[in-house]
Amino acid sequence: MLSCREATQLLSEARDRELGFKEKLSLRFHTLMCRACANFGTQMTLLGEFSRRFAGQDDASPSATGDPDTGGPESGK
Amino acid sequence: MEAVDSDDSLSRWKAHPLWHRDPGFIESLRLQLLPFATNQLADQHLAEDVVQETLLAAFQGADRFRGRAALKTWVFAILKNKIADALRKRRRGEVSATELDADGDGSSDDLFDRHGHWVDAAQPQGWGRPEETTGNAEFWRVIELCLDKLPAQQSRVFLMREVVQLDTAEICGALNVTVSNLNVLLYRARLRLRECLEDCWFERGEQC
Repeated sequence: MLSCREATQLLSEARDRELGFKEKLSLRFHTLMCRACANFGTQMTLLGEFSRRFAGQDDASPSATGDPDTGGPESGK
Repeated sequence: MEAVDSDDSLSRWKAHPLWHRDPGFIESLRLQLLPFATNQLADQHLAEDVVQETLLAAFQGADRFRGRAALKTWVFAILKNKIADALRKRRRGEVSATELDADGDGSSDDLFDRHGHWVDAAQPQGWGRPEETTGNAEFWRVIELCLDKLPAQQSRVFLMREVVQLDTAEICGALNVTVSNLNVLLYRARLRLRECLEDCWFERGEQC
């Protein structure tokens, strides 16, 4: 039986490698019963999506010299 | 590593998409790096070296960071990481591999009880529909804030993995960390990022 700590470690690693069959089974069993870890699993995917969109967003913030951005906000990718 | 003069380290950045949209921005970003590094290192010459290394290292994968806030976050994550390395070297006379994950946020003891279950107050909540949040400029400021709050090595590896999308072997090779160290760093980064996002955006209880 996985603890939440172990389950969250697996959910994190699942972003970076293929989990083994037993790992997937234990994890599935845990997240079916643990809402907190099920939420964590969803959030691992969302973090990736948010980060990539953040990278593409132009925030149109002023440069360090204080000059205002004249271009206006651009839509993110 | 050979010293690179500022013209040379900047010249490759002229290919970056932001250079065309806002050429002043990259130059202004570069100008922020040296005072920051000098302040942390209290050594102008060392700070200059660290800044040059940062500009070179940050260029790998920089084209993925098309927004100003994102590029600044990326460059500063690398700068802070290199400053931390320089400080450790100065303190110990060498950098050992086991120190590379001693990044401040050493444990998740505040999140899990002794049985490994989530502590009540830390349990992840549902975040609803992301498409309802991501159109909001304030949301992206919170993302930026949460990334900047991470210890330097955690933010750097997180961005390398999730934005630049290097695989774990590539990151391990680039940073000279073991796979198990990298797993720990990514885990901690993700734990704290989601906590920060939940506190500062989705639950809004915390002051951020």
